[in-house]
Amino acid sequence: MKRKRIALVAALALLALFPLAGAGFYTELVTKVMILAIFALSLDLLVGYTGLVSFGHAAFYGVGAYTLGLMAPKYEAASLWLTLPAAMLAAGMAALAVGVFVVRVKGIYFIMVTLAFAQMFYFVFHDTKFGRGSDGISMNFKPVAAIGGFTPFDLSNTTHVYYFVFVLLVAVFVFLRTVLRSPFGRTLQGIRSNEHRMRSLGFPVYWYKLASFTLAGALAGLAGYLSTLQFGFVNPELLSWHQSGNVLLMLILGGVGSLYGAVVGAFAFVALSEIFQSLTRHWQLLLGGAIILLVIFLPGGLASVAGRFRRTLFGGAHDV
Amino acid sequence: MSDAILSTQALTRLFGGLAAVSGVAIELERGKLHAVLGPNGAGKTTLINLLSGDLAASSGSITYKGEDITRQSADYRSRIGIGRSYQKTNIFPAFTAFENCRLAAQSRAPRALHLFADADAYVPVTAAAGRALDAAGLAGRGDRVASALSHGEQRQLEIAMVLATQPDVLLLDEPLAGMGAEEAALMVELLRKLAPGHAILLVEHDMDAVFAVADVITVMVNGQVLESGPPAQIRASAAVREAYLGTDPVGEAA
Repeated sequence: MKRKRIALVAALALLALFPLAGAGFYTELVTKVMILAIFALSLDLLVGYTGLVSFGHAAFYGVGAYTLGLMAPKYEAASLWLTLPAAMLAAGMAALAVGVFVVRVKGIYFIMVTLAFAQMFYFVFHDTKFGRGSDGISMNFKPVAAIGGFTPFDLSNTTHVYYFVFVLLVAVFVFLRTVLRSPFGRTLQGIRSNEHRMRSLGFPVYWYKLASFTLAGALAGLAGYLSTLQFGFVNPELLSWHQSGNVLLMLILGGVGSLYGAVVGAFAFVALSEIFQSLTRHWQLLLGGAIILLVIFLPGGLASVAGRFRRTLFGGAHDV
Repeated sequence: MSDAILSTQALTRLFGGLAAVSGVAIELERGKLHAVLGPNGAGKTTLINLLSGDLAASSGSITYKGEDITRQSADYRSRIGIGRSYQKTNIFPAFTAFENCRLAAQSRAPRALHLFADADAYVPVTAAAGRALDAAGLAGRGDRVASALSHGEQRQLEIAMVLATQPDVLLLDEPLAGMGAEEAALMVELLRKLAPGHAILLVEHDMDAVFAVADVITVMVNGQVLESGPPAQIRASAAVREAYLGTDPVGEAA
């Protein structure tokens, strides 16, 4: 427990001080990773804690991203305080609408139905005037964080964006950790463990799953919003099934059902991609191989490494 | 009619062409323990599944406290006070015994919108979970992960979870199955203690236990009620003896 806390404080300090190193490229890269970590955390609520393996989570990431793209005026900056809640609301509502149908089905059917819905979202943005087609939308001005006449931070400054995303990542992490300890979170974990018994104990399982799906969608929307904020443009690829698959891989790399795992997985996924891309044009072959090896030899994901190491050295019981 | 709290009328469940439960009328009264006997395949577990809502009835009806609940979901029936245990242990294996019961008790006070509350800090629920563990003979075992409990203890946990939901009706599907003699004796004792405050339906193969605790016994064969009445009547019934129990005298040990 104590060791865990030290590791956590060290990781937080490292992230907090990172931009001071002054390496602009890496500051932006880590910003991107932290956004993906929020995305992975939102999916972990479904996969790791509710037992819903969604293969269409990018749809809500995309809705959040497009909300900013569509709301941003052409000749002036949008307000952060208006567009950010709007993006989360839009993504949450989209997830609610999809969830009404998909949380009725289970297992492989759930995977396929979420994928089908996500493809529908993809084609709405890809093939209609509303989404401006495959080119997507470029945002001319970054949103401003002005409250009245006061602007606490500047979202066209990459360092400020870094800290803004960092604070949100910590907030989402703490939020999910708190919610998972609440009666609602415990219910979700019961559903993941034994849905049938939860029903016979009197829990209206459908509504809990729908609430979880909606919440996860809203948080994915936050991540999507931040992506548009960072890069200034959106295109339909944000909603593609590759993106849904990548975020699932992040969870598997880091360890499903661990909030640390989701964050570690996002870092590992981007790090491996970058390293392999620097080695060869066929980097996806290497990435695939690395993932296969990890799944075989480290089924608990990277988040389980510290525990395994400690047990090997000091013995003791498994973490429960 | 009588003061039945839960009753069925011509309850029938078909599996394809087979009537697993056929035209069953049964009544459960508060303060009475109603045992259901019958050979394998007689439809006892199907009857419990119909009452709990795990299975939908093909025809007939189920009435609980004057309400027709035939089409209600399993979770609804649990919330209005019909609790059940399973023949095959049906628990949360990775959670502690205490958390198994705490979740069960939480179903009575869901507080689903208290997103920032610590579930472990809510005393009404944790206290109910602790009482249920004690009642089922698992005092001091709460910290154990459920999958690490012995088979007999898992059976006790199965009962504890039902008790934690504070039901009016208990549907118990072979609670003694797989229990050692000591645990079984404790369970029979528990059934005696529970009987006055609950309406209990007990499916059980242990004849001694059944004749020791039952107020009413219903014998089922091929999905139908063969005979129903007080233990003495069942013990004396020639039809029961012939159809189910062979020629041995019934329940002598009791």
